[in-house]
Amino acid sequence: MARVGEVTQTASTGFTVQCYKLYAAPALGALVRAGGTPASGDSGIGGLAAGSSPNPLIPAGHGQQQGFTGTVVYGVVCRVSTEPLDPGRPVLARGESAATEEELYRSNPQLERLLTSRFEVLIIGHQDAEGSRPFLPPLPPRVHSFVYGCNPEEVAQCTARLDFLHLLLGPGLIAADEVVGACLRGAAQAHSDPDQFLLRAGRALAGELAQDLPRLNAILHRVAPW
Amino acid sequence: MGDDAQGRPLGVVVGGSLTQGVEVRLDSGASVEDLKVGTFVTIQGARHRFMGVVTDIALDSADPRIKHTPPPAGNSFIAQVVSGTVAYGAITVSPHVTLPAALGDDDPPLAAKTIPSHFSRAYTASQRDVEVVFGKEDERHFWIGNPLDMETKVCLDMDELVKRSIGVFGKTGTGKTFLTRLLLVGILQRGRASSIIFDMHSEYGWSGQDTDRSRQVKGLKQLFPAQVSTFTLDEASSRRRGSQVDEVLRIGYQEVEPEDVQMLRETLNLSEVAASAAFNLEREFGQGKWLLGFLALQDRAAVHDLAEKVQVNPQALLSLYNRLDGLRRYGFLVEQAGPDAAAQIIQHAEKGRHVVLEFGRYGNDPTAYVLVSNLLSRRIHQRYVALKEEAEGGGGREPRPLVLVIEEAHKFLSPAIASQTIFGTIARELRKYNVTLMVIDQRPSGIDPEVLSQLGTRLTCQLENERDIDAVLAGAPGGRQLRSVLSRLESRQQALLFGHALPMPVVVRTREYGSDQSYTQLGRRLGVGARRPGLPGGTEIETAEARLEREIKDLF
Ligand SMILES: Nc1ncnc2c1ncn2[C@@H]1O[C@H](COP(=O)(O)OP(=O)(O)OP(=O)(O)O)[C@@H](O)[C@H]1O
Ligand SMILES: [Mg+2]
Repeated sequence: MARVGEVTQTASTGFTVQCYKLYAAPALGALVRAGGTPASGDSGIGGLAAGSSPNPLIPAGHGQQQGFTGTVVYGVVCRVSTEPLDPGRPVLARGESAATEEELYRSNPQLERLLTSRFEVLIIGHQDAEGSRPFLPPLPPRVHSFVYGCNPEEVAQCTARLDFLHLLLGPGLIAADEVVGACLRGAAQAHSDPDQFLLRAGRALAGELAQDLPRLNAILHRVAPW
Repeated sequence: MGDDAQGRPLGVVVGGSLTQGVEVRLDSGASVEDLKVGTFVTIQGARHRFMGVVTDIALDSADPRIKHTPPPAGNSFIAQVVSGTVAYGAITVSPHVTLPAALGDDDPPLAAKTIPSHFSRAYTASQRDVEVVFGKEDERHFWIGNPLDMETKVCLDMDELVKRSIGVFGKTGTGKTFLTRLLLVGILQRGRASSIIFDMHSEYGWSGQDTDRSRQVKGLKQLFPAQVSTFTLDEASSRRRGSQVDEVLRIGYQEVEPEDVQMLRETLNLSEVAASAAFNLEREFGQGKWLLGFLALQDRAAVHDLAEKVQVNPQALLSLYNRLDGLRRYGFLVEQAGPDAAAQIIQHAEKGRHVVLEFGRYGNDPTAYVLVSNLLSRRIHQRYVALKEEAEGGGGREPRPLVLVIEEAHKFLSPAIASQTIFGTIARELRKYNVTLMVIDQRPSGIDPEVLSQLGTRLTCQLENERDIDAVLAGAPGGRQLRSVLSRLESRQQALLFGHALPMPVVVRTREYGSDQSYTQLGRRLGVGARRPGLPGGTEIETAEARLEREIKDLF
C-alpha cells in the first residue's frame, strides 16, 4: 500500500505522522503500519530505495514476515488534523470572493505549503521475528519511520485476533468509542464474512465492557451492521 | 444428542460447592432453552471426569443494569452480542459420580466426593457417558427405562437391588404396577432371588390391565411359566379371569395368631384393649385353638362369662368377638386346612420359584389383605430365620434371598404399627435373614419414616402431595435438588430412581411393557449367574431340556 507519511513524534503507546500531501491522511480508525524495512523493493513515494537502513532494534537477519525485516508496528488512526505548518502564522479566511472551496484552493496554491495534515496513531501490536503480537512493541518506531496504509490482507490478519480492542478501550484516548466503531466497521470489510466478524468483535467488546453497559451499547450502535 | 465420546459443549465452571452444586456459565452458543432440569452433564475437571444432572437453570448478567436498560428491541445485533456475554445463561449441576479417566476403562463410576475445579469445561453427556454410568444390560444389570430424550438404557444393578428393601411410589395411575412388573421380571431373569407377591388386585400372576390402551397385559406366569407358581385365595375369580393357578390357598383358623389381630386394629376398628385380648384368649384356649374356640361361643352371655374368666373388659371382648366373627365370610379361612399354607408357599420359594398369591375378590377387602399377607409373611420370616441360623451353624445352605412384595404398604407400615409388625421387622433388620421387602404405595407419607429410611432403592412416579414428596426424598442425598426433578415428572410412565441399585439418581421413561416385542425381550432368561457355582441359594428348577444338555456336557 501507499506510503502516506513519516513519524514525527513517537512514544510507547503511539506516534504522530506527518502526511506527505495535504489532506492525504488515512481515515479515522484505519490501520497503518510503521517501521520495518521492506525486504524487496517496495513502492514508496519518490521511489525511495528499500533496505537502506536496517532497524537498529533488530539484530540483523531477523524478521522475514510478510516481506519485511525488523519490527513492524501496527496502529489505528485515532486523530486526524490539519494545521498551519508555522504555529506563529494563524490561518486567515480568504475565500470571500471565491465561488467554491475548490476555486479558493486553486487560486491560493501556497496553501499546500503553509498547511500540513497530521494524524495520531495508537499502537495496537507489532510483528517481529516470532510473528505478530497483539501488544505494544518494546520500543516505538523511530522518528522518520515511513508509514504505510495497510492492505486488506494485512487488516484481516491484524484484526483476526481481537485483543487489540483492549488497547483501544484503554484510558487516555479522546473519542475512543468513535475510533473503535470506525476501526471495526473498516476492518469488517477486509474479512470474508463482515457480519460474522462484527458479531465476534461485538462479543469481544462485551467481554471488555461487561461492567459498563452504557458504553458497550454506545459502541455497538456504531458498528451494528443491520 | 450425539453419540460421540464428548457431548455438546455447554460452558465453564465458574463457582459452586459440593452441597449446592456446581455453577456453569453457559457459552454464548448454548441456550438455556435447550437444557432441562435433569439433563445429564459431564464436566472435564483437571484430574477427573464428573457426571451430574442439571438441577437449576438461571439467567444472569455481568452488569445488573441490564435489567433496567435491556438492548433496544429493534436491534437484533446488540441482542445477539449481549446474550451469552453480558447477559448469559447459567446452570447448576450437581456432580454425582466420577467417571473413569479414559473412556473404555472398566473401572466403575465412583460417587463424587469433590467437585471440578474452576473453569473446567462442561458438556452435555453423550450416550457413551450415560452408558458408562448406568451400565449395559447384562446378567447383573436390568434395563428399566431410558433417560428422557436419550436412547441409552438405564440399568439397575439387580444384585444391589435385592440386597435391601425396595420402595415403589406414585399416585394412582402413574405406573407403579407396570414398574413393579418390570422389577419382578428383572429379579426373575437374573435368578438371584425369589419373590412372593401378595397380589392385591390380581395383576401380576396371569394377566393385568392396561387401562390406557384398554387391553390385557401378560403377567409373570405367562412370561415365565416354569419359574412362577400362582396361588389363589379366590378360585372362582381366578377361573373367571382365565388365570392359570397352580394352587388354591386355604388358611386354617388355627393359623391365625394374636399378632395378626394387632395388625387388624385399624381395618377392624378395634381398641387396643380389644385387640390385645386375643393374647388372653390364646392363653385360655391354647395356641392354634383360640380363634375357633372363641368363635364357637354361642351368645353374649357366653362372651361375658369368658371375659370374666380371662380378665378382660367384657365390652372390649364383645367387640373383638363381633369383628372376628366377620372373618367367617372369608371363603379361604377353613376349619381344617390341609398342610400349613405358609409352608406350601415356602416350599415353592425355596425351589427358586416366584410365588404370586392372587387375592381375587378379597383384594378389595383391606382386612383380608392385611390378615393374609401378615400371617403368611410372619411364618415365612420365621422359617427364614431358622434356615439362616442353621446355615450359620454349619447345618445347611443359606436360604435363597427372598423379596416379599406388598401393595398399599402404609396399611402395614404406618408409624403406629410398624414397630410391631413383621414387615416393620423385616424392613429394619435389613437382609440379615435374606428377606427383603418391596413396598408399593401411593401414600408414602403414611409409612413409618424409619422404615422408609431403610429402603435401599426407591423408584417413584409422580407424586403431588407435598408430604408424600418429602417422605420419599427424606434422607436422600441431594434431596432438595431431587425435589425439583420429582415435581416435574409426567403423570405416566416416568419415574425418578435413586438409591443403591444406581450410581446416581435418574429420571427415566419406564421401559414399555405390554407389546409383543416387550414380551419377547423380557421373556428371555439371562440369569447365567444363577447357575454360577458357589452362589448362595443358586438352585434353579432345571427344565428337562436343560438337564439333558448339562448331562450331555458332563459326559464329554
Ligand atoms: N411401562 C409402561 N408401559 C406401558 N404402559 C404403561 C407403563 N407404565 C404405565 N403405563 C400406563 O399407565 C397406566 C397406569 O399404570 P399402572 O396401572 O401401573 O398405575 P398404578 O400406579 O399402579 O395405579 P394404581 O395406583 O391405580 O394401582 C397403565 O394402564 C398403562 O397404560
Ligand atoms: Mg397399581
